Amino acid sequence: MTGVRRGAERAADRTTDRSPAGGPALEVDPLIDDPDTRIVVCCGSGGVGKTTTAAALALRAAERGRDVVVLTIDPARRLAQSMGLTELDNTPRKVPGVDRTKGGSLHAMMLDMKRTFDEIVEQHADPERARQILENPFYQSLSSSFAGTQEYMAMEKLGQLHGGGSWDLIVVDTPPSRSALDFLDAPQRLGSFLDGRLIRILSAPAKVGGRGALKFLSAGVGLMTGALSKVVGTHLLKDIQTFVAALDTTFGGFRKRADATYKLLQANGTAFLVVAAPEKDALREAAYFVERLDAESMPLAGLVLNRVHETRAAQLSAERSAAAAETLIELAYDQEEGADEPAEDGPSAEDLRLVAGLLTLHAERLRMIGREERVRTRFTSIHPDVPVVEVPALPGDVHDLEGLRAIGQHLA
Amino acid sequence: MTRVTPADRARFVPAEMVSLDCVSQATQHDSPRAAGADTDWEGVRLHVVSGKGGTGKTTVAAALALALAHGGQRTLLVEVEGRQGLAQLFETAELPYEERKIAVAPGGGEVYALAIDPEEALLDYLDMFYHLGRTGKGLKKLGAIDFATTIAPGLRDVLLTGKACEAVRRRVKGVWAYDAVVMDAPPTGRISRFLNVNTEVAGLAKFGPIHSQAEAVMRVLRSPETAVHLVTLLEEMPVQETVDGVAELTGTGLPVGGVVVNMARPPLHADDETDTGRALNAELLEAGLRAARVRPTKALVAALLKEAEEHAGRIVLETQERATVRGLGLPMYELPLLADGVDLGGLYRLADALREQGVA
Repeated sequence: MTGVRRGAERAADRTTDRSPAGGPALEVDPLIDDPDTRIVVCCGSGGVGKTTTAAALALRAAERGRDVVVLTIDPARRLAQSMGLTELDNTPRKVPGVDRTKGGSLHAMMLDMKRTFDEIVEQHADPERARQILENPFYQSLSSSFAGTQEYMAMEKLGQLHGGGSWDLIVVDTPPSRSALDFLDAPQRLGSFLDGRLIRILSAPAKVGGRGALKFLSAGVGLMTGALSKVVGTHLLKDIQTFVAALDTTFGGFRKRADATYKLLQANGTAFLVVAAPEKDALREAAYFVERLDAESMPLAGLVLNRVHETRAAQLSAERSAAAAETLIELAYDQEEGADEPAEDGPSAEDLRLVAGLLTLHAERLRMIGREERVRTRFTSIHPDVPVVEVPALPGDVHDLEGLRAIGQHLA
Repeated sequence: MTRVTPADRARFVPAEMVSLDCVSQATQHDSPRAAGADTDWEGVRLHVVSGKGGTGKTTVAAALALALAHGGQRTLLVEVEGRQGLAQLFETAELPYEERKIAVAPGGGEVYALAIDPEEALLDYLDMFYHLGRTGKGLKKLGAIDFATTIAPGLRDVLLTGKACEAVRRRVKGVWAYDAVVMDAPPTGRISRFLNVNTEVAGLAKFGPIHSQAEAVMRVLRSPETAVHLVTLLEEMPVQETVDGVAELTGTGLPVGGVVVNMARPPLHADDETDTGRALNAELLEAGLRAARVRPTKALVAALLKEAEEHAGRIVLETQERATVRGLGLPMYELPLLADGVDLGGLYRLADALREQGVA
């Protein structure tokens, strides 16, 4: 694996007085600077900032001299606009405003899953067949609503971008599913269905009984198709059969395509970044994913932990801060009730309450930091070898290149 | 020695209470509660809870089920995404495909939970409606069950929504089996498609049992018995997604419920959303710290001021986003950020907060 070094010295020069809770530090610069790194996949559960991380990483790589394309799945509107993505048209667009002094460039694109699916059909079928497939109601439904289609098409697009050879580095964002594993599982599911036994039976129900290869099924098959048509209705079954027949003769090997892209993910030159927020659920998903990558011998570069809260005032503990806040409220109360005269040019009751509010806030922040550290420690105890980088919680959303650069700095 | 009055506490001490305080004022304007009705959602029996990933919709769904069970009601909490999020939340072992009691609500209510497994649901259906006991197993061998539950466009979603609707309509000895069903639904980006899948399927399968099943489910989902609530944070993306989601649901003819703002932060001054502590300066802070017998080192003062500034910036953003959510004109509820994370106790507090705001 490229670009990972033990991070004791980095941990020491942190600007905050929080020490990371164990585990080596992840640095992305050596990773994105390495010309052998060709694909970086950002994955994680929904809502953890995958898209922003992918965009920040791509921008940083471009400004450090790589020719980069970033494939985003569902970017926030303003982030998309800031990267010059105004329409979802499956074409990489040059991102304006990128510093090109080091000779790099950045293109960005948004995945249009239906369009990608249509393109596969159009590329592999003659125009008449393509039309038949594209107009088939079952296909239309499959291409736009099947939960795994987005994952399949993201992988397909990644394969295309890689195969096209014009990119030095491809950064991929993954679809916003609840489970990070869907990205790895769905394509194979779709592939094996489209190439599977069931679909062959569906595609040739009339011939099935007599065929040697399927003889072992023959006893039950009549009953099966009967049952299927009973359940799904003859009309839908016919649509499926027409679709499958058209598909089968024009381009078999869906699974082959999925397998090829899957292999690409295992190849040298691919790196996975698992993205999470310091929340129980997100880190649990991240842990599943790390284990899965390991099982599939897919190269993990590390964990990006977004939205981590920090403080520079750790010397004032949560308990002390909360107690001080209560003291101030009591003092304010005494002043208001006239029990105590306010000292000459001392703080007024209102001032005391304001400071008390801030101290309460500080106590809350420390409690939150404590919780975040606990969930992180849980992760690093189970996966002590996974390098981690933390990105602090930002007060606002990121929607310009400046914001992405700032995040890139934190990742470095 | 004087004591801290309840008013002081509400304004400053526990952050949760502070924000609830602001919220209850907001609710007075936003609540659709009709005169005479006890709660905002009288008559709604299926609550679908959606929201962008990371907004805490599972937590909100669970809190809602608890709130609705309050005072002797029985509710069913349904999980459809197979991640066992409910089991984690309620700190129990993994939930099987079976309705089981998972919590009790104050006043004798009960919350049941069900993690719907599409495969089991399909075999159930086949058996129930077609008596396909053995054939069902054959279909499984053939990959047909896999096909139906994972691949076939929408079928999986038909099964999931179908099972939830079945629980809504179920009667035992002439009374509803559940007073309300709460669904921890897919995220906002997919919710309209998920709920509307039956329309699509009814169109694909133009006749036959699937067609009638899909139609029956759609009747429940489009009726006033259903409300689709969206959970959001006061951040740009989740709010944008909520606005888009509301438009999409409305366009699809699905009944939009309320918006639950989750993890809201209290302003430094509880009684004024816009005063965000900008008035705070080093001198004042130092004096305040001294009064509290905390040594005001330069570093500490600078760090605390920075925290105040960050908080102020955040409150400004939240105020903007809150205005956007209000602009939707939907009933709006706010739940506080629990600094320690959501545990079982936190869940009950959130349920109480929902009840105080008139949800249940």
